[in-house]
Amino acid sequence: MKAAQPGVKIRTRANLTGWMFIILAVIMIAAFYFYPMIQALLLSFKSGKGMNLHFVGIDNYVRLFSDKTFIAAVKNTFIYLIIQVPVMIVLAMFISVLLNDSKLKFKGFFRTAIFLPAVTSLVAYSVIFKYLFATEGLVNKMLTNLHLIAAPIQWITDPFWAKVTVIIAITWRWTGYNMIFYLSALQNIDHSIYEAAKIDGASSTRQFFGITVPLLKPIILFTSITSTIGTLQLFDEVVNITKGGPGNASMSISQYIYNLSFKYSADFGYAATVSYSIVIMIIILAFIQFKAAGDKNG
Amino acid sequence: MDKLKRVLIYVFLSVLAFVSIFPFLWMIISATNKSADVTQGRLLPGGQLIENVKMLFNTVDIVPALLNSAKISISTTILSMLIASLAGYGFEIYRSKAKDVVFTILLLSMMIPFAAIMVPLFQMFGKISQTVPFIGLDTLSGVVLPTFTTAFLIFFFRQNTKMFPRELLEAGRIDGLNEISLFFRIFVPTMKTTYAAAGIITFMSSWNNYLWPLIVLQSPEKRTVPMLISNLGSSYTPDYGIIMTAIVISTIPTALVFFLMQKHFVAGMTGSVK
Repeated sequence: MKAAQPGVKIRTRANLTGWMFIILAVIMIAAFYFYPMIQALLLSFKSGKGMNLHFVGIDNYVRLFSDKTFIAAVKNTFIYLIIQVPVMIVLAMFISVLLNDSKLKFKGFFRTAIFLPAVTSLVAYSVIFKYLFATEGLVNKMLTNLHLIAAPIQWITDPFWAKVTVIIAITWRWTGYNMIFYLSALQNIDHSIYEAAKIDGASSTRQFFGITVPLLKPIILFTSITSTIGTLQLFDEVVNITKGGPGNASMSISQYIYNLSFKYSADFGYAATVSYSIVIMIIILAFIQFKAAGDKNG
Repeated sequence: MDKLKRVLIYVFLSVLAFVSIFPFLWMIISATNKSADVTQGRLLPGGQLIENVKMLFNTVDIVPALLNSAKISISTTILSMLIASLAGYGFEIYRSKAKDVVFTILLLSMMIPFAAIMVPLFQMFGKISQTVPFIGLDTLSGVVLPTFTTAFLIFFFRQNTKMFPRELLEAGRIDGLNEISLFFRIFVPTMKTTYAAAGIITFMSSWNNYLWPLIVLQSPEKRTVPMLISNLGSSYTPDYGIIMTAIVISTIPTALVFFLMQKHFVAGMTGSVK
């Protein structure tokens, strides 16, 4: 018993030192993520203008279901999500498989070029896309010159095309970024697995679905969850490309929260309720994605 | 057949590379042209660059915006790397069950969308303003304070610490270094690549951050670069040459940081995924 004492002491001291290293980060995350989260929950049961808030129970949550702007924003966000995230993930994975080929020339050039959009600020590229996709913009001019379209497309001012423009923009900005994760994962896959598959006569398509995709599953999960969270928080692009318009045709949930809090007569309580709807959606979607990844495992 | 496939792959990648680069080329070319030429779709470099730069500096407050953005991003990057690497190191080197639980809870904060906490954060900083005005609303510190600690970066440092050779710490202990000096004198210099990658990620996201500065900063002289560009972009009578020049200038810092440290970036990312 006595002999064990000094060892225990050293270990407790080492343990305490360990806490010293992490305590600052814990305080900061608690103060600026978890505390506001709780505050938002409390706020979501209150209503009123500016700082004069009173308790209204679940009224705000009931209001969500009859709020046309909210419903439009949720619809738009889901359209972005359902179309953009899968397209981007598949594209990023496909490109990274092509780039991982050891016989490919100009690999460095292709990789850097495709990653390049990720260095731009969201606001800067959004403004550029707004101009490129303007009715008299360069994209329409090019498509007309190539005789692909007869009349200019109303990229920004048509409810359908406004959403398409936002989707094209986000895909342009984030595909290269996600590709980097796949590339670094592919570099860790042992080449002998493919050699063995080749000897067994597996085609490259079969190799892709039989070996590459299963091995990349953690990365697919990671990129689809981060992209889902990113899309649910979409703000900079929509605000700067379409301003959420025409009408509310391309408005995102984040933009609606911002408008409720800082543009219209400030209703912080209801804004917090809308923001909690994003939290609930993230939890549900992350759960589904984890489940989907897990089931294929089992 | 195989040859055809090769050709198709090169065509496909070249198209993607072109689509990725084209907006950059257009932005740079447009910065050298007159606004009228840009609207007419001119795709050749012109001689207007110096005129555009002059007009930009004379008519738009780009210099204060650049300074504000630089102050915010540099302090965010330094604080971020310090706090996150201390924590990542602490979680991995002094691992215990209780710490692993705390770590998992911290990771949950990655799921919290910023939109969900911006209203309470705004109110919180409104209250802070009343007692400590220099870190409250409408201050640059108010932009930095809630954004510099991220669970992602802590996770990133922890993953990379897994590859850190612990024997170095033992050797340091024998040399009589205390635990804090072990971190600063042995861990930090060994993990340069990880710090470089973390620095790039943090600097870029801080330089490009738009929503939180938009909420916190109210006076025009405190505007950051993205806020300025957003304003220019939504103008009813835009001068495209000047706006494109502003965008080029605003992209230089992040592009430079990226190209100078690209090797470290890829190495660091690979380490975090392992």
